[in-house]
Amino acid sequence: MLLDLFPEFLRWPVLTALVVGAAAPAIGFFLVERQMSVVGDAIGHTAFAGVALAHLLGLNPVATAVAVSVLAAAAVETLRTRNRAAGDRLLALLLYTGLALGMVLASVARAVNAGLFAFLFGSILTVDGPRFAVVGCLAGIVLGALALLYRRLLAVTIDDEAARAAGLPVLRVNLVLATLAALTVSLAMQAVGLLLIAALMVVPVLTSNLFAWSVRSSLLLAMGLGLVASLGGLTIAYFANLPPGGTTVLTAVALYGLALLFQGLLRRG
Amino acid sequence: MQALVELRGVEFAFGRFGRALSNVNLRVEAGEFVAIAGPNGGGKTTLLRIILGLLRPDKGQALLFGEPAHRVLAQGRVAYLPQRARVGMAAPITVRELVASGRASRERWLGPTSRHGRELVHQSVVEVGLRDVIDRPVAQLSGGMQQRAFLARMLAAEPELLALDEPTTGVDADSQERLADLLAGLQQRHRVTILYISHEFGAVERHVHRLVLVRGGIAFDGPISQLPQLWHDPSHAHGRELLG
Repeated sequence: MLLDLFPEFLRWPVLTALVVGAAAPAIGFFLVERQMSVVGDAIGHTAFAGVALAHLLGLNPVATAVAVSVLAAAAVETLRTRNRAAGDRLLALLLYTGLALGMVLASVARAVNAGLFAFLFGSILTVDGPRFAVVGCLAGIVLGALALLYRRLLAVTIDDEAARAAGLPVLRVNLVLATLAALTVSLAMQAVGLLLIAALMVVPVLTSNLFAWSVRSSLLLAMGLGLVASLGGLTIAYFANLPPGGTTVLTAVALYGLALLFQGLLRRG
Repeated sequence: MQALVELRGVEFAFGRFGRALSNVNLRVEAGEFVAIAGPNGGGKTTLLRIILGLLRPDKGQALLFGEPAHRVLAQGRVAYLPQRARVGMAAPITVRELVASGRASRERWLGPTSRHGRELVHQSVVEVGLRDVIDRPVAQLSGGMQQRAFLARMLAAEPELLALDEPTTGVDADSQERLADLLAGLQQRHRVTILYISHEFGAVERHVHRLVLVRGGIAFDGPISQLPQLWHDPSHAHGRELLG
């Protein structure tokens, strides 16, 4: 079994990497295809403000990050649906405000320390059984909701106006997608960190689109590539004594580079 | 008898000064094939979006199937092909996936597409003549074939009303002919109502029951035969003015 290849203390981190590696690109797929790749970044920065707020008020950081990022994502999605042109500006505003608010709140709470950096850059090696249980539950919610909504999400992604005319509740579907994106950011923040989670949501999708032959194959390939990047990144980090969040994202980017190279060779051949 | 579409005294403006439509009264019966024409910026697309309930009029009433149009939206009885329809995705969506997406509001939430749904998807693809490319990515097809794939998506939804906005833009003459024949066949076989916006009606002209000319309001509403000068002679001064 795969887990037997890793030392005992790495088993929870490996399971976490697998779960996050599959869930992040699954939700990222719909964000990329709707040209909303930056949403993951914006929500990640808002979640940072949530973590800092939790430190200030003595609350649970993951729960507070979930609550703050879900609220922010829902607010942005509602405003974006009403004024599509403002979507890009709103996301930029959310991104900068989240980071700045997080820095100020963390400073006031005197929480600018290693604990806070663990949320920013990930600390997958410290994940234990109870923490994995939270990550696993959140991932179950995200993947279950995606399976339930797949048909409708795809129709809205292809053409939201035609979907509205066909009777789909487009605003509600968008709100659920934004909420799932916020949940994904929160579940993945311990694995790759809030500053890098968006990369794990986006890069495997870019890679899969180079070789996929259908929407379904693109989604499944992206999830597979996310798994490879997470597990590969964790393995490299363990043996080379490097930060796992960084190696995970660099592995995903390296896979994209290799795919581009391979595609170029195929075209020449 | 209840009309399928009924607009009564509809007014609509974009913002404070952008009056798009005023005093629009229109009735479309079930099973009609209605062409909507007019100059660019004349309000054709706005009119269609009001009819479908995607926009709400500032004044007046827009009824669809006898109910306020925006309330009918949730019932899935309408299939709409917006202007310049294209697949807004980087992932290579196949013809089968695109057509199946038309059934999103008709299928159950979880699990594979129902047997009835799969049959309808296949039947719709065959009907538009794309059976040989059903598993090919839509982006690899010609403009005309892509339009037919979008039409198949509309058919798979089993709609009572088909609304097409400039479906032949950028499509060659042969494909326009084929689309026109397809629509006419559908209208006759399924008694589906068709609203068709265009400013180049060459191919569909012979199938259309009625022409509605829109220029900030309804400038003409009647059979094409009642307007031969306008329709067939673009050099006619009044026709030029109306059609832009």
